[in-house]
Amino acid sequence: MLRKIIVTVFIFVCFILQCSVFSNLAFAGIIPNLMIILTSSFGFMRGEEEGLLIGFVCGLLCDVFSGDFLGFYALIMMYIGYLNGKFSRIFYPEDIKLPLALIVVSDISYGVLCYSLLFLLRGRLNFPYYFTRVILPEALYTIVITMFLYPLILTVNQKLEAKEKRSAQKFV
Amino acid sequence: MSPVIKRKGERFTIPSKYLLFILTILCITMMLVTFGTNVFNRPFNRVVGYVVIPFQQGIAKTGEWISNRSDELVQIRMLLDENAKLKEEVAALTEENTILQQDKYELNKLRKLVELDEQYGEYEKVGARIISRDSSNWYSSFIIDKGSNDGLADDMNVIAEGGLVGRITSVGPNWSRVTSIISDNSNVSAMTLATEDNLIVSGDLQLMAEGVITFTKLVDSKNAVMEGDKIVTSNISDKYLPNILIGYINTINRDANNLTKSGYITPAVDFEHLGEVLVITDLKQQIDEES
Repeated sequence: MLRKIIVTVFIFVCFILQCSVFSNLAFAGIIPNLMIILTSSFGFMRGEEEGLLIGFVCGLLCDVFSGDFLGFYALIMMYIGYLNGKFSRIFYPEDIKLPLALIVVSDISYGVLCYSLLFLLRGRLNFPYYFTRVILPEALYTIVITMFLYPLILTVNQKLEAKEKRSAQKFV
Repeated sequence: MSPVIKRKGERFTIPSKYLLFILTILCITMMLVTFGTNVFNRPFNRVVGYVVIPFQQGIAKTGEWISNRSDELVQIRMLLDENAKLKEEVAALTEENTILQQDKYELNKLRKLVELDEQYGEYEKVGARIISRDSSNWYSSFIIDKGSNDGLADDMNVIAEGGLVGRITSVGPNWSRVTSIISDNSNVSAMTLATEDNLIVSGDLQLMAEGVITFTKLVDSKNAVMEGDKIVTSNISDKYLPNILIGYINTINRDANNLTKSGYITPAVDFEHLGEVLVITDLKQQIDEES
Protein backbone atom coordinates (compact mmCIF):
# COMPACT_ATOMS: atom_id res chain seq x y z
CA MET A 1 0.00 0.00 0.00
CA LEU A 2 2.78 2.39 1.00
CA ARG A 3 4.59 1.50 -2.22
CA LYS A 4 1.52 2.30 -4.31
CA ILE A 5 1.12 5.71 -2.69
CA ILE A 6 4.79 6.59 -3.08
CA VAL A 7 4.93 5.46 -6.72
CA THR A 8 1.77 7.47 -7.52
CA VAL A 9 3.30 10.55 -5.89
CA PHE A 10 6.49 10.00 -7.91
CA ILE A 11 4.54 9.79 -11.17
CA PHE A 12 2.52 12.94 -10.46
CA VAL A 13 5.48 15.00 -9.29
CA CYS A 14 7.55 13.98 -12.30
CA PHE A 15 4.73 14.68 -14.72
CA ILE A 16 4.06 18.11 -13.25
CA LEU A 17 7.78 18.91 -13.28
CA GLN A 18 8.08 17.79 -16.89
CA CYS A 19 5.16 19.95 -18.03
CA SER A 20 5.76 23.12 -16.05
CA VAL A 21 9.28 23.44 -14.64
CA PHE A 22 11.27 21.77 -17.37
CA SER A 23 9.41 23.54 -20.15
CA ASN A 24 10.94 26.72 -18.72
CA LEU A 25 14.36 25.06 -18.57
CA ALA A 26 14.15 23.73 -22.13
CA PHE A 27 17.37 23.77 -24.16
CA ALA A 28 16.60 24.64 -27.78
CA GLY A 29 12.97 23.78 -27.13
CA ILE A 30 13.76 20.25 -25.98
CA ILE A 31 12.48 18.97 -22.62
CA PRO A 32 13.74 15.81 -20.90
CA ASN A 33 11.48 12.79 -20.61
CA LEU A 34 11.04 12.08 -16.90
CA MET A 35 8.28 9.57 -17.60
CA ILE A 36 10.76 7.30 -19.40
CA ILE A 37 13.17 7.51 -16.45
CA LEU A 38 10.42 6.45 -14.05
CA THR A 39 9.00 3.71 -16.26
CA SER A 40 12.27 2.07 -17.14
CA SER A 41 13.88 2.36 -13.69
CA PHE A 42 10.88 0.82 -11.95
CA GLY A 43 10.86 -1.75 -14.76
CA PHE A 44 14.37 -3.03 -14.23
CA MET A 45 14.26 -2.59 -10.45
CA ARG A 46 10.95 -4.34 -9.85
CA GLY A 47 10.20 -6.55 -12.83
CA GLU A 48 7.84 -6.75 -15.79
CA GLU A 49 4.54 -6.29 -14.01
CA GLU A 50 5.34 -3.11 -12.15
CA GLY A 51 7.19 -1.74 -15.19
CA LEU A 52 4.25 -2.19 -17.49
CA LEU A 53 1.72 -0.84 -15.00
CA ILE A 54 3.76 2.30 -14.28
CA GLY A 55 4.40 2.74 -18.00
CA PHE A 56 0.68 2.49 -18.66
CA VAL A 57 -0.20 5.15 -16.06
CA CYS A 58 2.60 7.51 -17.20
CA GLY A 59 1.59 7.11 -20.83
CA LEU A 60 -2.07 7.69 -20.06
CA LEU A 61 -1.21 10.98 -18.33
CA CYS A 62 0.73 12.10 -21.43
CA ASP A 63 -2.22 11.01 -23.57
CA VAL A 64 -4.75 13.09 -21.68
CA PHE A 65 -2.57 16.18 -21.87
CA SER A 66 -1.03 16.03 -25.29
CA GLY A 67 -2.27 13.15 -27.42
CA ASP A 68 -4.89 13.39 -30.12
CA PHE A 69 -6.45 10.18 -28.88
CA LEU A 70 -6.09 8.18 -25.70
CA GLY A 71 -3.97 5.06 -25.49
CA PHE A 72 -1.14 5.91 -27.89
CA TYR A 73 1.58 6.92 -25.44
CA ALA A 74 0.14 4.46 -22.91
CA LEU A 75 0.78 1.60 -25.31
CA ILE A 76 4.36 2.66 -26.12
CA MET A 77 5.29 3.35 -22.49
CA MET A 78 3.72 0.08 -21.34
CA TYR A 79 5.87 -1.98 -23.70
CA ILE A 80 8.97 0.00 -22.70
CA GLY A 81 8.26 -0.75 -19.03
CA TYR A 82 7.63 -4.42 -19.79
CA LEU A 83 10.81 -4.86 -21.81
CA ASN A 84 12.85 -3.09 -19.15
CA GLY A 85 11.37 -5.51 -16.64
CA LYS A 86 13.09 -8.34 -18.52
CA PHE A 87 16.41 -6.93 -17.32
CA SER A 88 15.48 -7.10 -13.63
CA ARG A 89 17.26 -10.46 -13.41
CA ILE A 90 20.67 -8.97 -14.20
CA PHE A 91 20.13 -5.74 -12.26
CA TYR A 92 22.27 -4.92 -9.24
CA PRO A 93 21.74 -1.69 -7.28
CA GLU A 94 25.51 -1.04 -7.16
CA ASP A 95 25.83 -1.03 -10.94
CA ILE A 96 25.08 2.32 -12.59
CA LYS A 97 26.05 1.38 -16.17
CA LEU A 98 23.11 -0.91 -16.90
CA PRO A 99 20.44 1.58 -15.73
CA LEU A 100 21.98 4.44 -17.72
CA ALA A 101 22.27 2.30 -20.84
CA LEU A 102 18.71 1.02 -20.47
CA ILE A 103 17.27 4.50 -19.99
CA VAL A 104 19.12 5.89 -23.04
CA VAL A 105 18.05 2.97 -25.21
CA SER A 106 14.45 3.28 -23.95
CA ASP A 107 14.33 7.01 -24.66
CA ILE A 108 15.82 6.65 -28.14
CA SER A 109 13.46 3.82 -29.04
CA TYR A 110 10.56 5.88 -27.66
CA GLY A 111 11.67 8.76 -29.89
CA VAL A 112 12.06 6.57 -32.96
CA LEU A 113 8.65 4.98 -32.36
CA CYS A 114 7.01 8.39 -31.93
CA TYR A 115 8.72 9.64 -35.10
CA SER A 116 7.68 6.67 -37.19
CA LEU A 117 4.08 6.62 -35.96
CA LEU A 118 3.40 10.36 -35.75
CA PHE A 119 5.63 11.82 -38.46
CA LEU A 120 6.81 9.18 -40.93
CA LEU A 121 3.25 8.07 -41.62
CA ARG A 122 2.37 11.66 -42.56
CA GLY A 123 5.16 11.79 -45.11
CA ARG A 124 7.81 13.63 -43.08
CA LEU A 125 10.75 11.65 -44.40
CA ASN A 126 13.73 13.64 -43.14
CA PHE A 127 14.69 11.16 -40.42
CA PRO A 128 18.28 12.47 -39.89
CA TYR A 129 16.91 15.91 -39.03
CA TYR A 130 14.39 14.62 -36.51
CA PHE A 131 16.95 12.23 -35.05
CA THR A 132 19.62 14.88 -34.49
CA ARG A 133 17.29 17.72 -33.50
CA VAL A 134 14.68 15.98 -31.34
CA ILE A 135 15.46 12.38 -30.44
CA LEU A 136 19.17 12.67 -29.62
CA PRO A 137 18.98 15.96 -27.63
CA GLU A 138 16.05 14.55 -25.68
CA ALA A 139 18.04 11.41 -24.83
CA LEU A 140 21.05 13.49 -23.74
CA TYR A 141 18.99 15.83 -21.59
CA THR A 142 17.18 12.85 -20.12
CA ILE A 143 20.50 11.24 -19.18
CA VAL A 144 21.62 14.42 -17.40
CA ILE A 145 18.39 14.43 -15.38
CA THR A 146 18.77 10.69 -14.72
CA MET A 147 22.02 11.41 -12.85
CA PHE A 148 19.96 13.29 -10.26
CA LEU A 149 16.65 11.45 -10.37
CA TYR A 150 17.82 7.84 -10.56
CA PRO A 151 19.74 7.78 -7.22
CA LEU A 152 16.62 9.17 -5.56
CA ILE A 153 14.37 6.50 -7.08
CA LEU A 154 16.93 3.82 -6.16
CA THR A 155 17.18 4.90 -2.50
CA VAL A 156 13.42 5.16 -2.12
CA ASN A 157 12.99 1.73 -3.69
CA GLN A 158 15.63 0.18 -1.43
CA LYS A 159 14.03 1.70 1.67
CA LEU A 160 10.66 0.34 0.57
CA GLU A 161 12.07 -3.11 -0.15
CA ALA A 162 13.76 -3.23 3.26
CA LYS A 163 10.50 -2.24 4.93
CA GLU A 164 8.53 -4.86 2.99
CA LYS A 165 11.09 -7.51 3.95
CA ARG A 166 10.82 -6.59 7.63
CA SER A 167 7.04 -6.74 7.66
CA ALA A 168 7.10 -10.06 5.78
CA GLN A 169 9.47 -11.54 8.37
CA LYS A 170 7.32 -10.24 11.19
CA PHE A 171 4.32 -11.89 9.55
CA VAL A 172 6.07 -15.26 9.35
CA MET B 1 -5.59 -25.06 -12.19
CA SER B 2 -5.96 -22.57 -14.99
CA PRO B 3 -2.69 -21.14 -16.37
CA VAL B 4 -4.13 -17.62 -16.52
CA ILE B 5 -4.93 -17.16 -12.88
CA LYS B 6 -2.71 -18.85 -10.37
CA ARG B 7 -3.09 -18.88 -6.66
CA LYS B 8 -0.21 -17.33 -4.73
CA GLY B 9 -0.91 -17.45 -1.03
CA GLU B 10 -4.30 -15.90 -0.53
CA ARG B 11 -4.21 -13.44 -3.43
CA PHE B 12 -5.02 -13.91 -7.09
CA THR B 13 -2.33 -12.62 -9.45
CA ILE B 14 -2.23 -12.48 -13.21
CA PRO B 15 1.10 -13.28 -14.92
CA SER B 16 2.57 -10.16 -16.43
CA LYS B 17 2.39 -11.32 -20.04
CA TYR B 18 -1.37 -11.78 -19.76
CA LEU B 19 -1.65 -8.38 -18.09
CA LEU B 20 0.36 -6.91 -20.98
CA PHE B 21 -1.97 -8.57 -23.46
CA ILE B 22 -5.11 -7.31 -21.71
CA LEU B 23 -3.79 -3.74 -21.42
CA THR B 24 -2.65 -3.77 -25.06
CA ILE B 25 -6.16 -4.62 -26.17
CA LEU B 26 -7.52 -1.96 -23.81
CA CYS B 27 -5.18 0.67 -25.30
CA ILE B 28 -6.07 -0.25 -28.87
CA THR B 29 -9.79 -0.12 -28.07
CA MET B 30 -9.35 3.27 -26.42
CA MET B 31 -7.46 4.57 -29.45
CA LEU B 32 -10.13 3.34 -31.83
CA VAL B 33 -12.95 4.74 -29.71
CA THR B 34 -11.36 8.13 -29.03
CA PHE B 35 -10.30 8.49 -32.66
CA GLY B 36 -13.86 9.29 -33.64
CA THR B 37 -15.66 10.21 -30.44
CA ASN B 38 -14.69 11.67 -27.10
CA VAL B 39 -16.52 9.32 -24.76
CA PHE B 40 -13.52 8.62 -22.53
CA ASN B 41 -12.13 12.14 -22.67
CA ARG B 42 -14.75 13.61 -20.39
CA PRO B 43 -14.16 11.46 -17.25
CA PHE B 44 -10.38 11.48 -17.76
CA ASN B 45 -10.28 15.23 -18.25
CA ARG B 46 -12.37 15.69 -15.12
CA VAL B 47 -10.14 13.53 -12.92
CA VAL B 48 -6.97 15.12 -14.27
CA GLY B 49 -8.48 18.56 -13.81
CA TYR B 50 -8.84 18.07 -10.09
CA VAL B 51 -5.59 16.18 -9.46
CA VAL B 52 -2.92 17.73 -11.67
CA ILE B 53 -4.12 21.19 -12.66
CA PRO B 54 -4.02 22.83 -9.17
CA PHE B 55 -0.34 21.91 -8.82
CA GLN B 56 0.47 23.18 -12.28
CA GLN B 57 -1.29 26.43 -11.53
CA GLY B 58 0.76 26.79 -8.36
CA ILE B 59 4.04 26.07 -10.11
CA ALA B 60 3.17 28.39 -12.98
CA LYS B 61 2.41 31.21 -10.53
CA THR B 62 5.61 30.71 -8.52
CA GLY B 63 7.70 30.42 -11.68
CA GLU B 64 6.20 33.60 -13.01
CA TRP B 65 6.82 35.40 -9.72
CA ILE B 66 10.49 34.34 -9.65
CA SER B 67 11.14 35.26 -13.27
CA ASN B 68 9.37 38.58 -12.76
CA ARG B 69 11.58 39.44 -9.78
CA SER B 70 14.79 38.58 -11.64
CA ASP B 71 13.60 40.41 -14.73
CA GLU B 72 12.85 43.49 -12.66
CA LEU B 73 16.40 43.68 -11.34
CA VAL B 74 17.92 43.30 -14.78
CA GLN B 75 15.59 45.62 -16.58
CA ILE B 76 15.41 48.73 -14.41
CA ARG B 77 18.25 50.45 -16.26
CA MET B 78 16.95 49.36 -19.64
CA LEU B 79 13.49 50.54 -18.75
CA LEU B 80 14.71 54.03 -17.90
CA ASP B 81 16.21 54.41 -21.37
CA GLU B 82 13.16 52.88 -22.96
CA ASN B 83 10.89 55.17 -21.02
CA ALA B 84 12.55 58.25 -22.45
CA LYS B 85 12.25 56.85 -25.95
CA LEU B 86 8.65 55.82 -25.42
CA LYS B 87 7.72 59.29 -24.22
CA GLU B 88 8.90 60.73 -27.51
CA GLU B 89 6.99 58.04 -29.32
CA VAL B 90 3.84 58.79 -27.37
CA ALA B 91 4.02 62.40 -28.47
CA ALA B 92 4.37 61.36 -32.08
CA LEU B 93 1.61 58.78 -31.79
CA THR B 94 -0.81 61.19 -30.18
CA GLU B 95 -0.45 63.44 -33.13
CA GLU B 96 -0.92 60.51 -35.50
CA ASN B 97 -3.92 59.37 -33.51
CA THR B 98 -5.75 62.66 -33.93
CA ILE B 99 -5.23 62.41 -37.66
CA LEU B 100 -6.42 58.80 -37.66
CA GLN B 101 -9.46 59.72 -35.66
CA GLN B 102 -10.41 62.27 -38.19
CA ASP B 103 -9.99 59.58 -40.84
CA LYS B 104 -12.13 57.20 -38.86
CA TYR B 105 -14.87 59.76 -38.52
CA GLU B 106 -14.77 60.23 -42.23
CA LEU B 107 -14.76 56.47 -42.80
CA ASN B 108 -17.81 55.99 -40.61
CA LYS B 109 -19.62 58.69 -42.50
CA LEU B 110 -18.73 57.08 -45.81
CA ARG B 111 -19.73 53.65 -44.51
CA LYS B 112 -23.11 54.95 -43.57
CA LEU B 113 -23.39 56.38 -46.99
CA VAL B 114 -22.90 53.02 -48.68
CA GLU B 115 -24.75 51.21 -45.86
CA LEU B 116 -21.82 49.02 -45.09
CA ASP B 117 -21.91 48.15 -41.45
CA GLU B 118 -18.86 46.75 -39.74
CA GLN B 119 -18.47 43.37 -41.34
CA TYR B 120 -17.60 41.43 -38.21
CA GLY B 121 -18.84 42.50 -34.81
CA GLU B 122 -16.58 42.33 -31.82
CA TYR B 123 -16.09 38.76 -30.69
CA GLU B 124 -16.65 37.78 -27.05
CA LYS B 125 -13.29 37.05 -25.46
CA VAL B 126 -12.05 35.44 -22.24
CA GLY B 127 -8.50 35.87 -20.95
CA ALA B 128 -6.59 32.79 -19.75
CA ARG B 129 -3.15 31.98 -18.42
CA ILE B 130 -0.87 29.28 -19.80
CA ILE B 131 0.00 26.86 -17.00
CA SER B 132 1.88 24.07 -18.72
CA ARG B 133 3.35 22.92 -22.00
CA ASP B 134 3.18 19.74 -24.01
CA SER B 135 4.90 16.82 -22.29
CA SER B 136 6.46 15.58 -25.52
CA ASN B 137 8.88 17.23 -27.91
CA TRP B 138 6.92 16.40 -31.06
CA TYR B 139 3.84 18.57 -31.12
CA SER B 140 3.32 22.07 -29.80
CA SER B 141 0.34 22.47 -27.51
CA PHE B 142 -0.22 23.96 -24.07
CA ILE B 143 -2.69 23.92 -21.19
CA ILE B 144 -4.60 27.03 -20.09
CA ASP B 145 -6.26 27.51 -16.72
CA LYS B 146 -9.86 27.89 -17.88
CA GLY B 147 -12.25 25.19 -19.03
CA SER B 148 -15.87 24.24 -19.46
CA ASN B 149 -16.71 25.92 -16.11
CA ASP B 150 -15.79 29.24 -17.72
CA GLY B 151 -17.81 28.50 -20.83
CA LEU B 152 -15.02 27.22 -23.05
CA ALA B 153 -15.60 24.41 -25.55
CA ASP B 154 -13.77 22.45 -28.23
CA ASP B 155 -12.71 24.31 -31.40
CA MET B 156 -12.79 27.78 -29.88
CA ASN B 157 -10.15 30.06 -31.40
CA VAL B 158 -7.30 31.35 -29.28
CA ILE B 159 -5.50 34.61 -29.99
CA ALA B 160 -2.72 36.62 -28.38
CA GLU B 161 -0.92 39.84 -29.25
CA GLY B 162 -3.45 40.40 -32.02
CA GLY B 163 -2.58 37.20 -33.87
CA LEU B 164 -3.92 33.67 -34.09
CA VAL B 165 -2.41 31.19 -31.61
CA GLY B 166 -4.48 28.08 -32.27
CA ARG B 167 -7.66 26.40 -31.21
CA ILE B 168 -8.91 24.41 -28.24
CA THR B 169 -8.69 20.66 -28.81
CA SER B 170 -9.61 19.26 -25.41
CA VAL B 171 -11.60 20.68 -22.50
CA GLY B 172 -11.71 19.75 -18.81
CA PRO B 173 -13.71 21.44 -16.06
CA ASN B 174 -10.92 23.88 -15.14
CA TRP B 175 -8.42 23.48 -17.97
CA SER B 176 -8.26 23.18 -21.73
CA ARG B 177 -5.60 22.17 -24.23
CA VAL B 178 -4.74 24.55 -27.04
CA THR B 179 -3.06 23.14 -30.15
CA SER B 180 -1.03 25.97 -31.64
CA ILE B 181 -0.82 26.71 -35.36
CA ILE B 182 2.94 26.02 -35.34
CA SER B 183 2.30 22.43 -34.25
CA ASP B 184 3.23 19.87 -36.87
CA ASN B 185 -0.27 18.38 -36.97
CA SER B 186 -2.07 21.69 -37.48
CA ASN B 187 -3.48 23.03 -40.75
CA VAL B 188 -5.33 26.32 -41.10
CA SER B 189 -7.30 27.50 -44.09
CA ALA B 190 -6.19 31.06 -44.70
CA MET B 191 -6.20 33.85 -47.26
CA THR B 192 -4.12 36.85 -48.17
CA LEU B 193 -5.70 40.03 -46.87
CA ALA B 194 -5.00 42.14 -49.93
CA THR B 195 -6.01 39.80 -52.75
CA GLU B 196 -8.19 37.25 -50.88
CA ASP B 197 -6.37 34.29 -52.40
CA ASN B 198 -6.89 31.10 -50.43
CA LEU B 199 -4.02 29.05 -49.07
CA ILE B 200 -3.28 26.43 -46.43
CA VAL B 201 -1.04 27.28 -43.49
CA SER B 202 0.57 24.30 -41.77
CA GLY B 203 2.94 24.04 -38.84
CA ASP B 204 6.25 22.26 -39.28
CA LEU B 205 8.54 20.95 -36.55
CA GLN B 206 11.55 21.26 -38.84
CA LEU B 207 10.97 24.99 -39.31
CA MET B 208 9.92 25.74 -35.74
CA ALA B 209 13.50 26.60 -34.75
CA GLU B 210 13.63 29.25 -37.48
CA GLY B 211 10.37 30.77 -36.25
CA VAL B 212 8.43 30.30 -39.50
CA ILE B 213 5.54 28.12 -40.65
CA THR B 214 4.78 26.91 -44.15
CA PHE B 215 1.98 27.74 -46.54
CA THR B 216 0.96 25.76 -49.58
CA LYS B 217 -1.64 25.69 -52.36
CA LEU B 218 -1.63 29.42 -53.01
CA VAL B 219 -3.19 30.00 -56.42
CA ASP B 220 -1.88 33.34 -57.51
CA SER B 221 -2.08 33.50 -61.28
CA LYS B 222 -1.69 37.27 -61.43
CA ASN B 223 1.48 37.27 -59.32
CA ALA B 224 -0.15 39.84 -57.06
CA VAL B 225 0.90 38.33 -53.73
CA MET B 226 4.11 39.86 -52.44
CA GLU B 227 6.49 39.10 -49.60
CA GLY B 228 5.34 40.91 -46.47
CA ASP B 229 1.64 40.53 -47.32
CA LYS B 230 -0.71 39.90 -44.42
CA ILE B 231 -2.19 36.40 -44.06
CA VAL B 232 -5.51 36.07 -42.20
CA THR B 233 -7.86 33.15 -41.53
CA SER B 234 -10.19 32.61 -44.46
CA ASN B 235 -13.95 32.81 -44.45
CA ILE B 236 -14.25 29.26 -45.78
CA SER B 237 -12.47 27.66 -42.78
CA ASP B 238 -14.87 25.54 -40.71
CA LYS B 239 -12.96 25.84 -37.42
CA TYR B 240 -11.48 29.33 -37.50
CA LEU B 241 -13.33 32.62 -37.46
CA PRO B 242 -12.59 34.82 -40.48
CA ASN B 243 -10.05 37.66 -40.64
CA ILE B 244 -7.86 36.80 -37.67
CA LEU B 245 -4.26 37.74 -38.39
CA ILE B 246 -1.93 34.74 -38.77
CA GLY B 247 1.28 36.39 -39.94
CA TYR B 248 3.23 37.88 -42.81
CA ILE B 249 4.61 36.18 -45.90
CA ASN B 250 8.32 35.62 -45.55
CA THR B 251 9.25 33.87 -48.79
CA ILE B 252 7.30 32.68 -51.83
CA ASN B 253 8.36 29.80 -54.06
CA ARG B 254 6.70 28.55 -57.20
CA ASP B 255 5.72 24.88 -56.93
CA ALA B 256 6.96 22.30 -59.44
CA ASN B 257 3.48 22.06 -60.95
CA ASN B 258 3.69 25.74 -61.98
CA LEU B 259 0.11 26.32 -60.82
CA THR B 260 0.38 26.89 -57.11
CA LYS B 261 2.87 28.58 -54.85
CA SER B 262 4.19 27.72 -51.42
CA GLY B 263 6.55 29.30 -48.96
CA TYR B 264 7.06 30.50 -45.42
CA ILE B 265 5.08 32.75 -43.11
CA THR B 266 6.39 34.60 -40.09
CA PRO B 267 3.67 34.24 -37.43
CA ALA B 268 2.35 37.40 -35.79
CA VAL B 269 2.59 35.81 -32.35
CA ASP B 270 5.84 35.13 -30.51
CA PHE B 271 5.19 31.50 -29.51
CA GLU B 272 8.38 31.28 -27.46
CA HIS B 273 7.27 33.83 -24.91
CA LEU B 274 3.57 33.35 -24.49
CA GLY B 275 2.09 33.89 -21.04
CA GLU B 276 -1.52 34.94 -21.42
CA VAL B 277 -3.92 34.27 -24.27
CA LEU B 278 -7.43 35.35 -25.21
CA VAL B 279 -10.04 32.73 -26.06
CA ILE B 280 -12.79 33.81 -28.44
CA THR B 281 -15.94 32.21 -27.08
CA ASP B 282 -17.86 32.60 -30.33
CA LEU B 283 -17.76 29.50 -32.48
CA LYS B 284 -17.69 29.51 -36.24
CA GLN B 285 -20.81 27.35 -36.51
CA GLN B 286 -22.85 29.69 -34.32
CA ILE B 287 -22.10 32.58 -36.58
CA ASP B 288 -23.08 30.57 -39.62
CA GLU B 289 -26.41 29.65 -38.04
CA GLU B 290 -27.23 33.24 -37.25
CA SER B 291 -26.56 34.56 -40.70
